[in-house]
Amino acid sequence: MTILEAVLLTVITASTPLLLAAIGELVAERSGVLNLGVEGMMIMGAVCAFTAAVITGNGLVGVVAGATAGLVMAFVFAVLAVSLATNQVATGLALTLFGIGVSGMIGENYVGVARNPLPQLHVPVLSDLPLVGQVVFGQDGLVYLSFALVVGVTWFLNRTRAGLTLRAVGDNHHSAHSLGLPVVRVRYLAVLFGGLCAGMAGAYLSLSYTPMWMKEMTAGRGWIALALVVFASWMPGRALIGAYLFGAITILQFHAQGAGLGIPSQFMTALPYVATIVVLVIISRERTRARANTPLCLGTPFVPER
Amino acid sequence: MMRTLLAAAAAMAMLTGLAQAEDKLKIGFVYVGPVGDFGWTYQHDQGRLAIEKEFGDKVETTYVENVSEGPDAERVIRQLAADGNKLIFTTSFGFMNPTVKVAERFPDVKFEHATGYKRLDNLATYSSRFYEGRYIIGQIAGRMSMSGIVGYIASFPIPEVVQGINAFMLGMQSVRPDAQLKIVWVNSWFDPGKEADAAKALIDQGADIITQHTDSPAAMQVAEQRGVKAFGQASDMIQFGPNAQLTSIIDDWSAYYIKRTRQVLDGTWTSGDVWGGLADNMVVMAPYTNMPEDVAQMARETEEAIRSGRFHPFTGPIFKQNGEQAAKEGEVLSDEVLLGMNWYVKGITDTLPQ
Repeated sequence: MTILEAVLLTVITASTPLLLAAIGELVAERSGVLNLGVEGMMIMGAVCAFTAAVITGNGLVGVVAGATAGLVMAFVFAVLAVSLATNQVATGLALTLFGIGVSGMIGENYVGVARNPLPQLHVPVLSDLPLVGQVVFGQDGLVYLSFALVVGVTWFLNRTRAGLTLRAVGDNHHSAHSLGLPVVRVRYLAVLFGGLCAGMAGAYLSLSYTPMWMKEMTAGRGWIALALVVFASWMPGRALIGAYLFGAITILQFHAQGAGLGIPSQFMTALPYVATIVVLVIISRERTRARANTPLCLGTPFVPER
Repeated sequence: MMRTLLAAAAAMAMLTGLAQAEDKLKIGFVYVGPVGDFGWTYQHDQGRLAIEKEFGDKVETTYVENVSEGPDAERVIRQLAADGNKLIFTTSFGFMNPTVKVAERFPDVKFEHATGYKRLDNLATYSSRFYEGRYIIGQIAGRMSMSGIVGYIASFPIPEVVQGINAFMLGMQSVRPDAQLKIVWVNSWFDPGKEADAAKALIDQGADIITQHTDSPAAMQVAEQRGVKAFGQASDMIQFGPNAQLTSIIDDWSAYYIKRTRQVLDGTWTSGDVWGGLADNMVVMAPYTNMPEDVAQMARETEEAIRSGRFHPFTGPIFKQNGEQAAKEGEVLSDEVLLGMNWYVKGITDTLPQ
């Protein structure tokens, strides 16, 4: 394996959980719901995926369990924040704290259990190609799924009627409501989709990235995913770029350190966050661009006028 | 009628509570992380369980986990003292000031603070000389590495970590003077994903042995998958690397905790500072595995030499990276120098982040 292949491989594993979580949150936010519970949904996905995979011995069951856990958490959030119109920021933070606590309890007996990673899908001939073989055709299913989601969500948001409805709900829920669009149902579905993706991101962490369970092993990746959505200015393609930029910087700074390039590690660790802030500043300076992309009702609970 | 009954019940409960408190020594623990972290807090909890096993009915232990190192800590410690715990272990550096405050208010309660430096008549401090173990694993790495390149996953550039890196390098140089050490800082104590990525990057750059000063077994797992060797940290991580683990530096607080509990029970406890190592069984080496017998033999001999006090890992001549001499031939670096260590030894080519 050449060093280039090795770097690319690790960049993909580092970026995939971020991309999965970000793409889900992006859809939720496009519908106008800000769910700060990504970290909590992700950690629940991680613990449920790992325990299910260990109990059944089947990685696929693990992935399904992780996705389901994310879904259940998102449902709780939707009941509170969409149906009962609670404050989304507070509810999301509570969801994260809840997830971190409960996941520790569920996983208590699985600390220190080792498991093999998810199998890599091996495509005959293609996987044996030099350079691209291992990198492009030697990943596990969740990596391919993350790419499929980017394409799927882009198509959905821009090319389908349902996508248009979702954006309308996110931009002006009162107008959407008066047009007869089912605001609450749309938001439920969007939030659930976000939970599903966050759960799978967690599953990727505990089944493929580091196949083990440790308390708080998401280590803030849910928050990075949230920042990525803003970084991407709510565009799926840019979320892909952002996630890979973040993953690439993380990996390259390790290589830079290992090679003794002498760049301060703290600076490199902070770089992706700095990039996010820069993008935020640019977005908020250009009012027209901000209006074009930011869901205008983001974070505002919908209470129908009577 | 009902009220009297309730009052009587409450009084009874209090009396039994008092009676129990007299019978048993109540011991409280304050943990910074979750018991299930498989690292720092996990090992302190193993120490707590060892106390229960040793003294059985004579003691009663409780713990509070995930206590943040802020104002919460003082509340938790005070609550434990008020609940009748007569011996309280606070197990993270950040609990130092809260522990001091509470200890001043509860003079009849004995406090033990891990890794701190502030002491009172009823507040003792303790920590471990992990660098002793690191010198041994450095020697093993020097003998076991094929490429001569060893990877070190470091957390934060604080003296304890720098001490470890230097001890490791000195150990390695003692058997292989030309060995290279590649150091990667992850700027985190606990992030399994990053630790795994750092391990992969180091292996991709030619390291065939990985060692770490971070808390999860992720790097061990990567080493197992990639077919290289690694050293565990804090706990025996053999189940994550049955073919990869050479040994592991285990933080074992059991012996110290049992000793201090016994001293409280028979009234001989006094305040003080313990910086214990192999000799005190506070640093314990996991079995030497996946290596030839002569390497294991060398490791055991070094371990014995350190344990018996015949050898100190930081014995001169020691040169700093910039060529300056830190210790003359035969001179041993003082604890004070070790506790403030902010320079690399000669042979490390990286620059230390300041």
